[in-house]
Amino acid sequence: MDFPGLLAQLLNGFQHGLLLFLIASGLTLIFGVMGIINLAHGSLFMIGAYVAFLVTRQWGSLWLALPMAMIGGILLGSVLERGLFRYFYARDHLDQVLLTFALILLFEEGRSLLVGNEFYSVPIPPLLDFSVPVTSGFSYSAYRFTVIGICLALAALLFYWIERTKTGAVIRAAAEKPEMVDVLGIDARRVHMTVFAVGTTLALIAGALAAPLYSVYPNMGDGFLIISFVVVVIGGLGSVSGALWSALIIGLVDTLGKAYAPKVAGLAVYVLMAAVLIWRPSGLFGQRT
Amino acid sequence: MLPRSTAGRVLLGAGALLLGAMPVFAQPYYVELGTYALISAMLALSLQLLVGCTGLVSLGHAAFYGLAAYTVYLITPANNGVSILITLPAAVAAAGLAALIVGALSLRTRGFFFLMVTLAFGQMVFFIFHDTKLGGGTDGAFLSRPLLSILDWELPLTRRQRPIATYYLSLGLLIAMYLSLVLILRSLFGRVLEGIRVNEHRMQALGFNTYRYKLAAFVIAGLLAGVAGHMWAMHRGFVNPELIGWHRSAEALLMILMGGLTTLHGPIIGALAFTGLGEFAQLITERKLLVEGLVILFVVLALPKGLSGIGMPRWMRRSPTTDGSARAAAEARTHG
Amino acid sequence: MSDITKSGFSRRSILKSGAAVAAASTIPTGWAIAQAKPVKIGLMLPYSGTFAKLGENITFAIELLIAEKGGKLGGREIQIVKLDDESKPENAPQNADRLVKRDQVDVLIGTVHSGVQMGIHKVVKESGTLTIVPNAGNDVITRAECAKNVFRTSFTNWQSAYGMGLALGKKGVKKVAWVTWDYAAGNDMGAGFKEGLQKSGGQVVQELKLPFPQTTFQPLLAQIPGLNVDAVGAFFAGGAAVQFVKEYAAAAIKAPLCGPGFLTEGTLAAQGASAEGIETALHYGDGLDNPKNTAFRKAFNAKAGRDADVYAVQGYDAAQLLAVGLEAVKGKIEDEAGLYKAMRAAKIDSPRGPISISPSQNVVHNIYLRKATGGQNKVIGIAAENLADPGTGCKLT
Repeated sequence: MDFPGLLAQLLNGFQHGLLLFLIASGLTLIFGVMGIINLAHGSLFMIGAYVAFLVTRQWGSLWLALPMAMIGGILLGSVLERGLFRYFYARDHLDQVLLTFALILLFEEGRSLLVGNEFYSVPIPPLLDFSVPVTSGFSYSAYRFTVIGICLALAALLFYWIERTKTGAVIRAAAEKPEMVDVLGIDARRVHMTVFAVGTTLALIAGALAAPLYSVYPNMGDGFLIISFVVVVIGGLGSVSGALWSALIIGLVDTLGKAYAPKVAGLAVYVLMAAVLIWRPSGLFGQRT
Repeated sequence: MLPRSTAGRVLLGAGALLLGAMPVFAQPYYVELGTYALISAMLALSLQLLVGCTGLVSLGHAAFYGLAAYTVYLITPANNGVSILITLPAAVAAAGLAALIVGALSLRTRGFFFLMVTLAFGQMVFFIFHDTKLGGGTDGAFLSRPLLSILDWELPLTRRQRPIATYYLSLGLLIAMYLSLVLILRSLFGRVLEGIRVNEHRMQALGFNTYRYKLAAFVIAGLLAGVAGHMWAMHRGFVNPELIGWHRSAEALLMILMGGLTTLHGPIIGALAFTGLGEFAQLITERKLLVEGLVILFVVLALPKGLSGIGMPRWMRRSPTTDGSARAAAEARTHG
Repeated sequence: MSDITKSGFSRRSILKSGAAVAAASTIPTGWAIAQAKPVKIGLMLPYSGTFAKLGENITFAIELLIAEKGGKLGGREIQIVKLDDESKPENAPQNADRLVKRDQVDVLIGTVHSGVQMGIHKVVKESGTLTIVPNAGNDVITRAECAKNVFRTSFTNWQSAYGMGLALGKKGVKKVAWVTWDYAAGNDMGAGFKEGLQKSGGQVVQELKLPFPQTTFQPLLAQIPGLNVDAVGAFFAGGAAVQFVKEYAAAAIKAPLCGPGFLTEGTLAAQGASAEGIETALHYGDGLDNPKNTAFRKAFNAKAGRDADVYAVQGYDAAQLLAVGLEAVKGKIEDEAGLYKAMRAAKIDSPRGPISISPSQNVVHNIYLRKATGGQNKVIGIAAENLADPGTGCKLT
């Protein structure tokens, strides 16, 4: 195990974990406030990646794709919440699961109709297509550094929003006791829509950032969805700070596992999850459920 | 859960007779399709014990189904079938054991947590077979089908008769599974499960260790899914990791929802309808998943009681109050 | 997709076969009527999903050959039934059943995805339906699981990887790392690569694998400089190959990259400069100069509106092999013994060069060494001549 190699793996794990956080934080926020689980969250990530692919192919710029993913996320999230999810908050778990499963199928078919089923790679923006020398024998992709930077900035914004703003206070209250929101005379429906739109947007941005790193291909959202579930379970359902720590742990375990123990890497994160469940059934940072 | 009226029972019996007569008049291809539908019905029925009866929505149920199929592969030497008297118990035991371990861990959680944890464990089993050489990796592997034999005597069947025998065996197992679930639900155990579905806290207050009851239900459901998985291996002679994938688990949930959450025959009707729909969609369009997605959306939005809830005169259905209580319980769980 | 009337070609062939029946009925012999019944070919290929383009090219090429033969093989009309296998292994046995039992095809040609091939194989081994594999390269189909009714005109994974390993060792390369997906095809290829390399004096010192179909190559690439190898062999295909080659170039690794031809097959445009100079081995390539190839490429382009590729060649040869068999038995496809004997002995002039069939019923062909130059995989030599898969474990002789 050589040192520059290990350093690269650690950075890769950190970057992978931060992307996972963007996806998982949306999942956990939406659950915390509305009590609904969105299986189609992985598809939202996939949509973000395809937005990046299409925009890059059309206009040759990933920088254009990021604001478009953001606007697309806000619109899509609001429409989904308004038109569909709102009617499912009080429904049975099974109905919610199947509704969002149907959405996965429809999003995938839509993708297949619009873009086809090819596996596409998305070019790294030329501006960042170089390596930054870190030590004498080791340099690291400038684009990956940028992804790390953007993710950290978004995470900081998210925490500021939740901890320091009025909407954030409502969100925290709602996650603690859903009926509180109504008692306080707050328009819960607006809060729901905002939270859903934010979660959706984070997933789309994660997808757009990930596209040059992971390429775009059919059903790409599935793998990310399930690993995000593991993140949310370990972090504690509804806890955004828990999601951050657990995303970083999972990112590192997954990446280092792939590099140094590829045989068991696929299983490592699930074993970790099982261990956490035995120790603390409600996750590392979750309140008791 | 159970048909109360005579008319309902007569209808169910007639349905069983119709399924029994199917191989007499249907083409070989449709007999095989029928076998697949019956296997799916077993899978959905086993899951119903968790979803409809106990109120536990699991998204990892296909793990036990696939694990049983892989067990048949693992214990069968190449080019040499083993008696079903060995493969069936082995496959079912393996599925049950896995259900015990997964259930013991995941039942420590509730609600959506439970759903995500079962999904993650299902994927873990998926990766075991997908990423290792244990069962042929991504491509899957062939196996010699279990033999219908006792000691050294094998049922003399021609190649043409074998699929028909598999069909009847699947039908027999499905009926046996249905009847045993009827017995289970009528017992005290079944009533406790129903109590847990409606209000777990009350059952705890009454002194029941609900964790143990739920675990028992989880293991039984796993065992029964193992029967279905064994029959898939026998039917197809081929295993593939996709058998375990969570899409299969979601399909089983869909069958239950299509057929109706509140009855035991619902999942069977749902599975037959789902298989028929898939075949029909395949004939008319290249976009089978689009049809599937739209149908799910329709069922979720418009048919909350499933197919067995429509078109039946009121006296055939269960009393509306019990249906209503199931809904209320579901709503009560949402934030639990 | 299974609806035959959806294909323009099949619709025509149905009309034609109707006319043939009418004509035959004026001659009052049972023989003539039996002959008039068309031979039904089932194409089980991906027409949707990641491999759709491969399925289409194979189909075009098969239709092209049948058209070249005047719509008849061995004097019998041909009817084509198409079925989209969606590259889904779990549905494969049922889809194969659809063709074999429901549509009762005489010949099944398929498929691309090796997992789906396993499902087909199970069904046709039991039904005894003549099957020709136009792409899927999993070794086992013509090794331990070989069957007298299953032929393959594409390749085994072992073949091209063996050729690459052999060529690499001949150049004097000693220490090599091997990178691939950890799944059946990757492992088949790895075994061939190692064997070829050892044969010519080199050695694989490290295998780096990641789960199929993940593309997180960074953890693997970061390890390569520390290994001090002279070259790196890799097997990836399609979009993953595009990404791997690009990331490999970006990582500025000194050891040259090479591999079985799929690494740069159909992907050069997307790989751009990062693929320049990569050497690969495959049974086909650009600039292969023989009259058959020139004629085939021209005809294919006229029919399909795009250039032929290695998949089209494999499909074309599947149909050529069937034609050889049917011509030998004069269209009497019921004469299994005669049909299989002729197919086993076939010597075919393929666009890829001369090919024949090995005892395990896999294609025997040249493996060419190619170099990516200016967006083309230019053939620069022969890596292994008339290479046959060893067919280990196959009891057909």
